[in-house]
Amino acid sequence: MTARERVAGTVANYVDERTGAAKWVKKNLTKVFPDHWSFLLGEIALYSFIILLLSGTFLTFWFDPSQREVIYDGGYEPLQGLHMSAAYASTLHISFEIRGGLLMRQIHHWAALIFMAAIVVHLMRVYFTGAFRKPREFNWIIGVGLLTLGIVEGFLGYSLPDDLLSGTGIRIAEAIIQALPVVGSYLAFFAFGGAFPGEAFIPRIFTVHVLLLPGIFLALITVHLMLVWYQKHTQWPGPGRTEKNVVGYPLMPAYMAKAGGFFFIVFGVTAFLGAVASINPVWLYGPYNPGQVSAGSQPDWYMGWLDGLVRMAPPLESYIFGYTISWNILIPGLIVPGILFTGMALYPFIESWITGDKREHHLLDRPRNVPNRTALGVMSLTFMLVALINGGNDIIATTFDLSINQVMWFSRIAIFVLPPIAFVITKRICLSLQRADRELVLHGRETGRLLMLPHGEFVEVHEPISPELAWKLTAHEQAPALALEDVDARGVQRGGRLKNKLRKRISQAHAESIAKPTLNDLKEIEHH
Amino acid sequence: MSNEIEAIKDPGLPAHVHRKADTDPVAEKRAERQVAILFLISALGTLLFIFAYYFVPEDSFVFFPALGNTNAHQLFLGLGLAIALFFIGAAAIHWAKTLMPDEEVIAMRHTMRSDDEDREALVATVKERAGAAGLGRRSLIKRSMGLSLGLIGLSPLVLLRDLGPLPGDDLTKTSWEAGSRLVTDPGDRPIRPEDLEIGAVAQVLPELRGEEKRHLSDIAKDAVLLIRIRPEEFQLSPERLSWTYDGIIAFSKICSHMGCAVALYEQSTKHLLCPCHQSTFDVPRAAKVIFGPAARPLPQLAITVDSEGYLIAQKPFTEPVGPSFWERSS
Repeated sequence: MTARERVAGTVANYVDERTGAAKWVKKNLTKVFPDHWSFLLGEIALYSFIILLLSGTFLTFWFDPSQREVIYDGGYEPLQGLHMSAAYASTLHISFEIRGGLLMRQIHHWAALIFMAAIVVHLMRVYFTGAFRKPREFNWIIGVGLLTLGIVEGFLGYSLPDDLLSGTGIRIAEAIIQALPVVGSYLAFFAFGGAFPGEAFIPRIFTVHVLLLPGIFLALITVHLMLVWYQKHTQWPGPGRTEKNVVGYPLMPAYMAKAGGFFFIVFGVTAFLGAVASINPVWLYGPYNPGQVSAGSQPDWYMGWLDGLVRMAPPLESYIFGYTISWNILIPGLIVPGILFTGMALYPFIESWITGDKREHHLLDRPRNVPNRTALGVMSLTFMLVALINGGNDIIATTFDLSINQVMWFSRIAIFVLPPIAFVITKRICLSLQRADRELVLHGRETGRLLMLPHGEFVEVHEPISPELAWKLTAHEQAPALALEDVDARGVQRGGRLKNKLRKRISQAHAESIAKPTLNDLKEIEHH
Repeated sequence: MSNEIEAIKDPGLPAHVHRKADTDPVAEKRAERQVAILFLISALGTLLFIFAYYFVPEDSFVFFPALGNTNAHQLFLGLGLAIALFFIGAAAIHWAKTLMPDEEVIAMRHTMRSDDEDREALVATVKERAGAAGLGRRSLIKRSMGLSLGLIGLSPLVLLRDLGPLPGDDLTKTSWEAGSRLVTDPGDRPIRPEDLEIGAVAQVLPELRGEEKRHLSDIAKDAVLLIRIRPEEFQLSPERLSWTYDGIIAFSKICSHMGCAVALYEQSTKHLLCPCHQSTFDVPRAAKVIFGPAARPLPQLAITVDSEGYLIAQKPFTEPVGPSFWERSS
C-alpha cells in the first residue's frame, strides 16, 4: 500500500464511519449515463446557472441597490454632473473603475442569455423526443417552472441598473400590474411603495433577484437533477437498447471528466463573449427618467415575444359601469401567455389522455415517428417566432426599409395563419421521412452505381443496410388509435359522448403514421 | 409461412471498437502529450489574466479588425480568463475521449412503482397510525386545526400591507393646476409662444413653487409635449380648439397604453409615435389613435398665455394621464 492510498483510506474510513456513504458512493460511481449531444443542452443551462451565481456574487460587492438620487462624478465623462440613482451610478462604477467589473457584468448578462437559450433548447429536445412521458411528468413541470422563473429573474436582473432602457421596461411591467381588474392599482402601489417609479422598487427587486429567486432555483434544480439521477436518463433507441436497460458510460471516470470539462468549456465561451462582445452598454442609455425614452427600445430576447404580442394587440378597452378593462394589455400580457404556459405544463397529461398510454417510457421517440406531437411543437414555435419578430418590428422596419405598419400587419395576420400552416407542413414532412425510412429498410441504400442489364436496361444498385440501422429505424412502436366505444360492455350509453368523440378524433390524428417495415415485408421483397 | 407480423430483430449491442490509443503505445503517448499541452495553454491563459489585471493600463486601446478600437485592459483580462477556463475543459474532455475507458456498459432499470407488498404495508401503516392519532374521530380538533391553519395564512398578507400607500387620487391627479406656467425640461425656463416655431416640439413641466423639489414620480405624470403647427391644420371640436394657443397644442407625454414617453414626432405627417409599442397619434385630431395598441388618445392640456406672455395651463388635465387602470371611468 502506497502512502497516498493509506491517506485516502484513512479519510474514506473517517467519513464512512460517520455517514455510511461507502455503499451509496460505490454504487453511484459506476452509474451509467447514456451519451448523446442533445443531452448536453440541459447541462449548459445548469453550468450557466453556476456562472450566474459566481459572477452575480462578484457584482453585489459594489452594486448599490438604491434609488437615492446622487450626482455622478465618476470616470465616464459624458454623464458627469448628471442626477441619477445610486443604482445606476454604482453600475457605472463597476463598469469603469473596478478592474474586471465590466468583464463580470458582461459575463453575467451573457450567461443569463445563454441560460435562457439553453433552457428553451433543452425543453425542445425533451418535447420533440417525448422524454416528458411517464415517469418524467414531474420533471417536465419543474422544467416549465424553471423557464417561467428564468424569464422573471432575467427581467429583474436587467432592470436593476436603473438606466433609461431598463426603467422603460419597469414602466411597462407597472402598466401590466395596473391593468389587472379590481386590484391592479392597489397592487401597483404596493409593489412600488407609492406612485411610479418611487424609490422602493429597485431595492425590493434586488432582494428578489439575488436571494428569493436564486433560492427557489437552487431548490428546483436540485429536485430536477435528483429525479434525473433516480429515474435514470432516457436513451435513444438503437441496437442493444431497450425500455428495461440503460446503455452508456459509467460516471467515473469518463463521464465525470466530460461533464466537468464541459463546465469549463461553457464558462470559457461565456468569458470569451464577455471579453469581446459588448452587451447592455448602460452608459450609452443614460439614467432613467420617465419623461424620456430611446428609440428602438427592446427587451432581452426571452421577453421579446411577450413585447411582440403586446405590440400587435388591437386597441381594445371596455368601460363598464365606470370601470376600465384594458383588453389590449390583459390579452397579450397575461391571458395568452397564461394559456400557452399552462398548456405546456399540462401537455404530458394531455398526450397520455389522447393515446391512453399509461406505461413507463425510457426510449426516446425520433420526432418524425410522432408526427402530431412534432407538428404541434413546430406550430407553437412558429407562434412564438412571429411574436418575437413583431417584438423587433421597429428594428426590422428600419433595417429593411419597411414601415412599422407593414411589419405589424404582417404579424397580426401571420400569428393566426402561419402556425396552422406550419402544423400541416411539419406533419407532411414527418410522414415523408417515415416513408423514406421504410424505403431505406426495404430497398437498401442507393449506391450511385449504375448497372446495365443484358437487355439494355439501366438500374441503380441498392445495398442492404446494416442490421443495426434497420433496427434503429424500426425500433419504435406504432400504437393504434384508441378504440373508444360509445356504449360500454353492457350496451349502456356512456356519458360525455362529445368528449369521447373528440378524444377519438384526436387519437386517430395522433396515431397517423406510415406502417414501419416488418420482417414479413423484407421476406416478401426477397421473393421477388 | 405464418401470417403473424414479425418485427425486425434487435441485433444487440455492437462489438466494441478499440481506439488507437488503446492498442498503440505511440498513440497513447501522443494523446498524453496533447492533454498536457491543453492544460499548459490554460495555465498561460491565467498568466495573461494576471498580467492584464496589473500591467495593462485601463485606458489603453488596441485596434482589432471586426472588434474595432477596444479597451485593451478589459479585452486581455477577458481573453486570459476565457483561455484559462476553456482549455481546462478541452484538456479534460480530450483526456476522457482518448485515454479513459470508453466501453459502453449496460445497467438495468427498475420500474418506479413500488412492490404491491410495500404499497399495501404503507396503506396499512398510514391507516393504523392515523387511527391511533384519532384523526378521523376527533372532528372538533380537525375543524379547529383547519380554522387556525387557514387563518395563519392571512398573516403574511396583513404584514405586506405596508408595502405601499393606497392609490387615493394619485393616479387621477397631476401637478398641473389652472395658471401653472409651462417650463422647459430640462432647464426649468418659462416659455413663450414665440419660442416655438411652426413644426417645433418641446417637452415641458409645470413650474415649481418655492422650495418644492421635482421627483421622478412627478415627471412620470406631469411630462407634457408642446407641438406647434399651423392653426388652420387643426381638426378639433370648438372646445378642444379653445384649449390650443395660436397653433400650439399640448398633450400628456405619457402614453395612454403602457406609460412610455411618447417621444417621436414626425413633422411631415404630424404623427406622434410611442417607441415602445408603436401606438401612433394624430396631432391635428387631438392625438386620435391611428395605429397600434393604444385605446385612447393622449390627454390634452388646455393652455393659454398669462399677462406676461408666458404659456400657462388653463386648468388641470380633465382626465387621468398614463396607462389605464380599473377605477378609471372612461
